[in-house]
Parts: sequence; C-alpha cells; structure tokens
Amino acid sequence: MTPTRVLIDRSGLDALIATLAAQGYRVLGPTLGRDAIVLGDVAGTDDLPVGWTDEQEAGHYRLRRRDDAALFGYVLGPHSFKRFLYPPRQRLWSVSRGSGPDLEVRAEPHDDRPLAFLGVRPCEIAAMRIQERVLTGGEFPDPSYADRYGRAFVVAVQCTEPGGTCFCASMRTGPRAGTDCDLALTELLGPDRHDLLVEVRTPRGEQIVAGLPAREATDADVATANEALARAEASMGRSLDTEGIVELLERNIESPAWGKVADRCLACANCTSVCPTCFCTTVEDTTDLTGQHAERWRRWDSCFNRDFSFIAGSLIRHSTRSRYRQWMTHKLSAWHRQFGTSGCVGCGRCITWCPVGIDITHEVDSIRNHERSASTFHTVGGRYR
Amino acid sequence: MTQIPTSKPSIVDTLRKHQVFEGISPDCLEAFAATAHHVSLQPREVLIQEGAPAEEFLLIDSGRIAIEIFVQGRGHVSIETLGPGELVGWSWLVEPHRWHFDAIAVTPSDLIAFPAAAARELLASNHECGYGLLSRFLPQIVQRLRATRMQLLDFYTLEQ
Amino acid sequence: MSPVWYRVHRVRRETHDVVTLELTPPEGAPPCSPEPGQFNMLYVFGTGEVPISISSLPSDRGELVHTVRGVGAVTNKLIALQRGDVVGVRGPFGRPWPVGELRGRDVVVVTGGIGLAPLRPVLQHLLAHRKTFGHVSLLYGARTPYDLLYRNELLAWRDSREIDVEWTVDRSSGVWNGNVGVVTRLISRATFDPERVTAFVCGPEIMIKYAIEALRNRGMATSNCYVSMERNMKCAVGFCGHCQYGPTFMCKDGPVFRFDHIEPLFQIREL
Repeated sequence: MTPTRVLIDRSGLDALIATLAAQGYRVLGPTLGRDAIVLGDVAGTDDLPVGWTDEQEAGHYRLRRRDDAALFGYVLGPHSFKRFLYPPRQRLWSVSRGSGPDLEVRAEPHDDRPLAFLGVRPCEIAAMRIQERVLTGGEFPDPSYADRYGRAFVVAVQCTEPGGTCFCASMRTGPRAGTDCDLALTELLGPDRHDLLVEVRTPRGEQIVAGLPAREATDADVATANEALARAEASMGRSLDTEGIVELLERNIESPAWGKVADRCLACANCTSVCPTCFCTTVEDTTDLTGQHAERWRRWDSCFNRDFSFIAGSLIRHSTRSRYRQWMTHKLSAWHRQFGTSGCVGCGRCITWCPVGIDITHEVDSIRNHERSASTFHTVGGRYR
Repeated sequence: MTQIPTSKPSIVDTLRKHQVFEGISPDCLEAFAATAHHVSLQPREVLIQEGAPAEEFLLIDSGRIAIEIFVQGRGHVSIETLGPGELVGWSWLVEPHRWHFDAIAVTPSDLIAFPAAAARELLASNHECGYGLLSRFLPQIVQRLRATRMQLLDFYTLEQ
Repeated sequence: MSPVWYRVHRVRRETHDVVTLELTPPEGAPPCSPEPGQFNMLYVFGTGEVPISISSLPSDRGELVHTVRGVGAVTNKLIALQRGDVVGVRGPFGRPWPVGELRGRDVVVVTGGIGLAPLRPVLQHLLAHRKTFGHVSLLYGARTPYDLLYRNELLAWRDSREIDVEWTVDRSSGVWNGNVGVVTRLISRATFDPERVTAFVCGPEIMIKYAIEALRNRGMATSNCYVSMERNMKCAVGFCGHCQYGPTFMCKDGPVFRFDHIEPLFQIREL
C-alpha cells in the first residue's frame, strides 16, 4: 500500500506533471511571464519560475532572483486559477435564425480536457471552494463551473515563505492546505537537500502518486515541513482583525473612513481583477454583420465600474466611496450573510496590485478606529460628500 | 356659489369630522365657527380668483378643488387638487391678503368658509386658541410644500 | 440557462413609450406559471436581455403578459416588436407579492409610473377572490394624464365598485379633471383600517420612501408594508453580482421585500 506521505525530488515532480498529462489533464501552473509570475501550461519543471521569487508590498511587485533553485520560491502573481474555472470571457450560447421561423439555441459544450492545477496555494484552494459555493450552491447552479471544478485535479503547495502582503493565517485559509486538494506538496529546501514532501489527500491523488519515483517520508521530514509551516504562520506580511467583522461593517456603513479611502481609490478595478473570489460578471449580447447569428458572452465585471449599478437611465452608485464600500462590505461582511463564509482568503493580491497601495487590512483597522473615536461624541458638520 | 343658511352646531359638527380640527378646545372651535358658513360648488365653479382680496378661507368637507394658475399660452394649469379635510387658501394669513392662485371646483363640492377678518381677529385676541389653530394648520402647509417639492423632482422621468 | 422563444401575439400601446406585449409559448414549452410580482428576463435577438415584471396572472394556455417602458437599447426594441416577432424568455424569477397572506385583510396598493405593471396581477387576484378581502384601494400616480397605464381597466375597476380606485398626475393638462399631485397625497385620504391593512408599494425608490412615510403617518406598521425594489439584474440567478442590495440579491431575495426587513438598507444612500 502506498504511504500517505512520500518524498519526491524535481524529477519526481516532472514525473507527476507527465503522469497528469498522460491521463489527459491540461496541466496549469506558475510560469515566468514578463515581469510577473503568471499561470500557464506546464509541461515540466523547466516551465516553472525556478530560482525566482516575488517581492510584494502595497502597490509593489518585483521579481527577484533567488540564490537557490527553489521550484516554488515565490507566492502569488496577479493570476488566480479562477481564470480557468470561471474564465474572464466565456460564450454561454449562440443562436441562429434558421431557414424556418424558429431560432435554434446552441448551448456551449463543456471542455473535453479536465484541468490539473499545479502549485496551488492554500488560499487559492479556499477561493475555489468559495466560488464553488457561490456558483453552484444555489437554485440555479452554473453548469460550466461545476463541470470544470468537479473534474479538476489539484496539486497544492503549502507556504513556507509568506509574501509581504499575505494574511491567510488571519483568514484561516493557510499556510497549510486542507483536504480540498488531491495532493499537498511542501518544498523542503536546505543546504544539503531539495525535496518535496507529498501528502496524499484523495484516492485519486493516491493513484497518481503510486506511479511516481518516490521515497518514503520519515517522521523527521514531516517534522521539518511542519516547523517551516509554523514559522510561515507566524511571519505573515499582514494580518486582518476579523473579530466581529460582519457586524462591524454593517454598523459602520456611513463611517467617515469610506470617504477617506475613496479620496485615494481610483476605482480602477485592479483589486477585483486579481481577487480569486470576486465573481461579478456581465453579459454581452452580440450579432454578426449578417444579423443572422447572435451570441451571448459572459465576462468579468467589477463593482468599481461606473456602469455596474446602471439601471433604467441612472446610476445607483455614483461615488467612489459607495463603490469601495460595496466591494469591501461585500467581501468581508455581506458574503457571510449570503454564503456563510468570508469572501476574503487573505491572498493579499488586492493590496499588491492596487496602484495607490490601498490595504484592505488597514482599511478595516481604520473603520474600527473611527468607530472608537466617534462613539463618544456627536457634532454637527464634519461630514463631506 | 350658493350660501346655505345653517345653524351653528352643524358647522361645528362638520369641523369635528376633520382631522385638522382634532383636539381644538370646544370654546375655540365655537368661536372659530361663529362666523363660518357652508358653501356648495358645482364643477368648474370658481372659488378663488388670483389677485382678488383674500377675504376668507375654506375647509373642504366633500368634493375636489383644483389650485390653478393661468399661464399665457398654456391656459389654466392645475398645480394640485385638494380633497376632504384639506384647507383652501393661506393668503388670508399673509400680507397683503391677496390670492396668488385660482381655486376651482372639479367635482360637486361642499365647503365651510371662514371670513378672514374675523379669523385674524380671533387669532390676534385669543393667543391660546390662535396657537391651537395655527399649529394644526401648519402641518397641512408643510405636507403640501413637501408634496410640491416631490412634484418638482418629476420622479417618473428618468434621470440622465 | 438559455431562453425559450415566445411569439408576440398582441401588442397594446399604453402610452407614447409603454406597450403591453402578449406572448405565446412555443409548442411543448415547459409551463411558465409566474406568481404576481415575479419577473422574466426578456431577450431581443442580438441586442440584449432585460428583467421585466410579469403583468398578468398565468393563463391556461401559458401566455405571458409584459408591460414594457422604452428606456434603453433593449426596451426600445421590445416596445417596437410586432405581432409574430420572437422574444427569448427566461424565468420566472424572484420572490412574489405575498397575496396568500391577504385573506381577511384590508389592502392598499400604492404605485407610481410603470410600477403598476407588477401589481396588475395582484389586482386581478384581488378582484377574482374579492370576498376574501376587506377594503381594497388602488392609489396610482403617473406623470401626466397621457402616462396612465391600463386606462380601460382602471375605469372598469373603479366602476365595478369592488375596489376604491384613485389616480393622480404630477402634471395636468387642460381637459384633466382628475387629481393633481403626487401619489403619496392620496394615502392620507384612502379608506383602510391601519390595524388590519397590508400595503403593496411599487414605483421609483423616492416614491416608495414617501409612500412608506405616509402609510406610517396613518398608523400602519412597516411589517405590513411590502415594496418591490429595483436593481440592475443581469443573470437573474444569483451570481452576476449586479443586483446586490446590502446582503441581499434582488433577483432571488427580492424584488418584493417586507419593508421592515430592508428598512436599515433603505436609508443608506448609493447602496
């Protein structure tokens, strides 16, 4: 019987990728793009950003060379796996005027190839689960998400070196991967070793691991991984105080803090583009030049976009204040009411990719501080539009 | 316009039916009703003419009265219609005591008319009664000002 | 979820920018049995899709009635449709008016503008089961006399004396001898027992606000007031995010809400 924990080296990882590909999976993982780590097709470990790391701070992202050959020595780029499970643009159906009087709708076929995700960080796994609940947990489940996620093979990589904007520990989504993956890897990198500890989480994962060139992991290996994860947990770049956050934001819907953050916010929608849980979309209906063929496309939208709240000739949310408030209260508060979980997984992307460095963790603090200082007195004036 | 001779108690009874006189002391109401008289109007019968002296004001007991203004090129434009329980006219209270709008009956209407001079004299001489009455008239004025502001919003027209 | 193709059976012009469409289902289509207050997504080939409330009780043959005001690209195409044209329909969606809870109660329906459209099935229901209810009033406001919807029906409802029907316009014209003034002014004069009345309110949000205030002034509890709200509905199935209203999704938690349930949200600007 295969042990639930094994050690593989880089060649073992190559074998894992090859096995998944041989089983028909399209293997996707981190690759080196221009100035950023982006997700793409991975045929072997040569495609990974080996020996690179990403330096992240509010409004700051730089790739740097590492002085080792770490396979997963970086955290997260602007892409999340959302782009494969819930694509930025997706055709939902098309329709043609036939020769007869009737219109013929063609539903979009499901993809043939199942997806395998390699190097999925625990926060990303949490995000997939959250999106699954949003998109498939209601009365009208989204069939394409259910199909893609249901068939996807997930190879997690647990985080031993959190990034500068990471706060998954606060959101209880990392740095350890839970059970929502097939395999969980931990990179063990030292002066005299370079291994990956593979923990098997599903029978499907077990089957794949059975064919890999692997050694049995010792208790010492497992202890080393656990120590690294414990260190990571204690060295997050950020933390978010979630105590009573649902009610906090509901109570403070008119906080002056919203006006202050709106003074800096450009409403550029970067945060929603990089967020792994943001699910808002719009639909576009198009025709070709003949007028005989029409299509419906779904594409990512953002609550920061001006037209997002457009209705019958007017906008509901004119001000940036109201749009930032919508985004953050939805993410951290209303999401709990709607789906029983937070909409934030603590990946920190919205902080890194904000062009003016707005930090969601600081904004929560700001709301708390305003509430504390405002609770003692009321004055006329002092509020601005 | 028909003036119908009536006994005073029936005017007081009529006033008592309407919310605007609720809570007014019996003495005050008697005094206020002392000079009042019933008025009945037929449709299109003019009650108030813009520019004329505001020598009385009215309470609608039944029917519908339109407040109109004449606009050159548009004719008579109805600004609002008033119904039972509503007062017609404020100009009797405010210098120079001249009507600013027309008032015209839309349907057969019964009203109570109060001569303005006597009403003003009562308010001036009996402050308690005057305060009681004005504090009941004011909410109607405010309610109608609010309604007019809402009309200004033109809220069925889509904002651009 | 892809649309089912209905055919325009009849077009009734209500006003200069409002038409009522009667749509016939294709043969063998699954029956669409909407409840009063629900909406369908109507799709015009290649132009787009919009949420439109359903304006009639279901018929035996599964016909749908939609009253549409032309305000944008899709609705302007909808009001230009001709008999025989095809419309894509998805639905019905949303929570209905709680007509089942009206038994034995007075009912006051307050609506403005196109807001009468989602309440027409309620009035049809009230009239069909008239003896089950106490006093019933319809208070309806429009911009001008020319903007009144369902004119023949309004007159028929009024003349039936089964329900009180009052309408008013914000702007009158020479020949008009009806009420002039905002619809909320009718509330203070309407007949109902505040202790046992249920109010259904639909219209522009600002109208709803003042209508609730007027109902409250009459001594009504807001737990007996229901309102139909409007937000940008795109997918109608709860995950495009556009129609969020605080923690609610208009398309599945609304559009009809008991007012006291959303009152804290209602007071927040730009929500």
